[in-house]
Amino acid sequence: MSHELTWLLVAIPAVSAAILLLGGKATNAWGHLLGTAASLAAFVCGVLLFVQMQGHHGEERSETVRLFEWFQVGSVKVDFTLLIDPLSILFVLLITGVGSLIHIYSIGYMEHDPRRRRFFAYLNLFVAAMLLLVLSADYLLVFVGWEGVGLASYLLIGFWQHKDSAAVAAKKAFVVNRVGDIGLSLAVMSMWALFGSSAFVSVNAGAESMSHTWATLVGLMLLLAACGKSAQVPLQSWLLDAMEGPTPVSALIHAATMVTAGVYLVVRSHAIFEQSEAASTAVVIVGTVTALAGAIIGTAKDDIKKALAGSTMSQIGYMMLAAGLGPAGYVFAIFHLITHGFFKANMFLGAGSVMHGMNDDVNMRHYGALRTPMKITFVTFAFGYLAILGIPPFSGFFSKDKIIEAAFADNLVIGLCTLLGAGITAFYMTRVMLMTFLGEKRWEKDVHPHESPKVMTVPLVILALLSLVGGVLALGGWLEHWLEPVVGAHEEHHPPLPIIVMTLITLAVVAVGIVIAVAKYRRDIPREAPAGSPLTVLARRDLYGDALNEAVLMRPGQYLTRTLVWLDNRGVDGLVNGLAALFGGLSGRLRRFQTGFVRSYALSMVFGAAFVVVALLAVRLS
Amino acid sequence: MKIGWLTLLLLLPFVGALATMLVPKAKALVAKQVALAFSLVTLVLTAIVAVGYHQDGAEKYAESHTWIKAFGANYALGLDGVGVVLVVLTALLTPIVIIASWNDADNGRWSSKSFFAWILALEALSIGVFAATDVFLFYVLFEATLIPMYFLIGGFGGAQRSYAAVKFLLYSLLGGLLMLASVVGLYVLSARAGDPSYLLTDLVKLDMSENTERWLFLGFFFAFAVKAPMVPFHTWLPDAAGEATPGTSVLLVGILDKIGTFGMIRFCLGLFPNASEWATPVVLVLALISVLYGALLAIGQTDIKRLIAYTSISHFGFIVMGIFALTSQGLVGSTLYMFNHGLSTAALFLVAGYLISRRGSARIADYGGVEKVAPVLAGTFLFAGLSSLALPGLSPFISEFMVLAGVFSKHKVIAVIAVVGIVLAALYILLMYQRTMTGPVREGIEKLTDLNKREIFAIVPLVVLIIGLGIFPKPVVDIIKPAVESTMQRVGVTDKAPQIPVTEGQK
Repeated sequence: MSHELTWLLVAIPAVSAAILLLGGKATNAWGHLLGTAASLAAFVCGVLLFVQMQGHHGEERSETVRLFEWFQVGSVKVDFTLLIDPLSILFVLLITGVGSLIHIYSIGYMEHDPRRRRFFAYLNLFVAAMLLLVLSADYLLVFVGWEGVGLASYLLIGFWQHKDSAAVAAKKAFVVNRVGDIGLSLAVMSMWALFGSSAFVSVNAGAESMSHTWATLVGLMLLLAACGKSAQVPLQSWLLDAMEGPTPVSALIHAATMVTAGVYLVVRSHAIFEQSEAASTAVVIVGTVTALAGAIIGTAKDDIKKALAGSTMSQIGYMMLAAGLGPAGYVFAIFHLITHGFFKANMFLGAGSVMHGMNDDVNMRHYGALRTPMKITFVTFAFGYLAILGIPPFSGFFSKDKIIEAAFADNLVIGLCTLLGAGITAFYMTRVMLMTFLGEKRWEKDVHPHESPKVMTVPLVILALLSLVGGVLALGGWLEHWLEPVVGAHEEHHPPLPIIVMTLITLAVVAVGIVIAVAKYRRDIPREAPAGSPLTVLARRDLYGDALNEAVLMRPGQYLTRTLVWLDNRGVDGLVNGLAALFGGLSGRLRRFQTGFVRSYALSMVFGAAFVVVALLAVRLS
Repeated sequence: MKIGWLTLLLLLPFVGALATMLVPKAKALVAKQVALAFSLVTLVLTAIVAVGYHQDGAEKYAESHTWIKAFGANYALGLDGVGVVLVVLTALLTPIVIIASWNDADNGRWSSKSFFAWILALEALSIGVFAATDVFLFYVLFEATLIPMYFLIGGFGGAQRSYAAVKFLLYSLLGGLLMLASVVGLYVLSARAGDPSYLLTDLVKLDMSENTERWLFLGFFFAFAVKAPMVPFHTWLPDAAGEATPGTSVLLVGILDKIGTFGMIRFCLGLFPNASEWATPVVLVLALISVLYGALLAIGQTDIKRLIAYTSISHFGFIVMGIFALTSQGLVGSTLYMFNHGLSTAALFLVAGYLISRRGSARIADYGGVEKVAPVLAGTFLFAGLSSLALPGLSPFISEFMVLAGVFSKHKVIAVIAVVGIVLAALYILLMYQRTMTGPVREGIEKLTDLNKREIFAIVPLVVLIIGLGIFPKPVVDIIKPAVESTMQRVGVTDKAPQIPVTEGQK
């Protein structure tokens, strides 16, 4: 497939989404099949492009495809240009590959939903927007994909919008993301002011000449954008609520792909971050804080999806901090992004499979002993579990260890934080495993867990295998070599201790996490959550993130709007009305003035206007 | 002698208005059909003019005849990029409004045919306003637009329509009065310099003292600021739009209010360039206040139509801000914004009107769960809302972004604060959507019917244009650019050059 046809990747799912949305009920019968076929077709295109790319070397692998001029104003020209290069092709494969598996899974998961066709339309819309995001060669065009995925996310979180909670969560996600979009907007405006362009090539070429201040500012704006999309502190609060969406959505959008877009943005903008130590450090700090915050939140959640969502936050934090480490970290950020895409999608779909068998109950305190009735789900979930813990030879071992090593090489405190995070991860994931699949039955009455149909378990098996073997990407430094034309060569990092020692220490910390969890949750899990220590409550309440937002933004905002509305009605309008009354005398007389004089005045103007027309015609015809 | 294209464009809807009125009262349907036919022919003619303008330039369309010699007033029409765009918008929205409002005037104070006749009269006058190249002619037409609008609001609206109509009229007249003072002032200056003339081409050559220019500028600007409307002269709009029929609101906010921002470009910048630059800091701050104040008030509204009116106040803040940024991005963005805002607000008002007519209430609290019973209505409402909040990929995004970038290049602080507006926009739209369309189905909503074919038919052109111009805005941008370049030259401002220009080859 010629790279000229890259636009097909975006067009195929977009057209499919349009057909499904506009076709209405007529497409109900086969809508899910068309949606899945569109995603698979995009995947095939991606594979063909990838294969073709193998035939080239180094920078020749990057191809820009200029479709048309978007607009040109003043010194700024923005083209509708796509860029297919070693970085974007990896995303294309991840999005369409995992995306297709999730489409297939959803055929079973959404089988009884009367609005299934619409669900597939939104999924296709998401795939199209996400592909546009990673294929755009201009920041402004990235913005289109960026908000496009935000829209798809909004529609899918609120898919069951007859529930108020879902509608509120959807709105929250969109609005919080818009706060991040302030950053992206300002970044693009700065690029226009600095370089007269927001195309990647121009920005990359001009970045070295940026002043330090501008590099820092633009970097921080991009980071703000990334925080919104990737649910990083301080814009993390929407992700946990986003679990209101159907579980395949959580797997695809809120775990494997969309939420990693922030990491993509930072890696893609490496030229800018390399100019500013301050901005890169900010990325590292945000990543580290989120890695720990997400992990802590994950430890206290009884809702299986929320526990996994906390974990997603935390894992993206790892990627983010790796991306902030500069050339040493870019490759590992992307590496972990891909393996995480496999194992987290796997676990989310596994959670969906469990919910499917448990009447959509998400409370892990009502689970237990599900390993027997749901063997495939159990085994595949276990693969994801071993991968996220970083147990060799599962994929997470390779990707996470690299990040921990790089962190130690950069800064001891950050390194210790990543190590601590690995321990907490082991704890909460073991807790999920024990509460769900092991231990005693704590099922509700009338619940008869059963294994999900093949259409759901086959994607699980494939993702489980990918979670196992994903590490091969790094074999012989393949990934580093592959990404070198995009992010540059990276210097060898030197962790304070030999790598084998580091690995052993990490594994030891992970083992400690497991042991603590086993000791605590091996048996006797109450069906009602105990009150818990202040620390537990803190984690259950998402570290008071929502309370903070409410106190600092929401409530003052509400007061402000209410006051302004009152002022506008009484103050501004009252003043003017008062003036009018003053001029018109008493208000009773004003009323007469209104219906009498004004209308006749207006009528006289009509005649006047008619006269003018006649006069005009007379003048013209003379 | 032969009748010019623009005169024809202006006359056609007028004749249509007369023809509509002449249809016997008993044949209401025929009257509507006549009105629709005239508006469609006008649209076709406008399309021909726009294409011709794009290909052959403006000369072909300029007409000028002496009108009142003693005043130096001329019947002079002509087009520039800004004018073309607004004439097209007018010709486009009129038939859409007629189709969408097909049954809205049946229970008005007067017969429904007068509703459609007034719409056509308004179309004619608006086209005249956007094409006038003589200040006196502009002033006359500017004031004349108040008449049809007054009757559209006062004759066919909600319970408080009389109050709203009078308020609209008084505000506009007050603004117009100050402009009249400036118009007279121009005459004095022009007469002193030789033969009086109100032609724009003559007026730009006038020599004005610094003070005179500023005073004259203020007269015009005040009238336009009331029209646009800018905070604090805005309170007539929520009342007018809240009481008027949805179709009237579209014409009011979509077209009539644009005369304000259009006037700022053509008359404030065109005739008083130095005073415009002088006023820039104050105007930018006022515009910034409009952006945020309008949005915050929109969030706090409990009435759907008033909410949409306040969103427009915020949008007009953006437009004014882009104009007075005095950069090509700002000016092109603002002009494009006027067009796109016409599309998105029309869609929003019309779909809201569909909703309100079904339930008989404009209160947000009376709705809930509409999506479940009327998915097409909810879907189009969401689409219109998304275009109003300038979702990237839809046409309003490009104009809003250009405006912000244009302001940013010269006034960083203002742009940074204004960007907050995009968050507020998401809030006011999505809160309204959430409260009306999602959640459990409310009492009184269960039997709500979905959109019928006529209603969908009226919305489709808007949807197509919003998506189409979002992906491919080049044709409109190309029409606007030359006009903006000459305005910038006239004002004597240039864009700030990029700090680190990247060479062509690298682009």
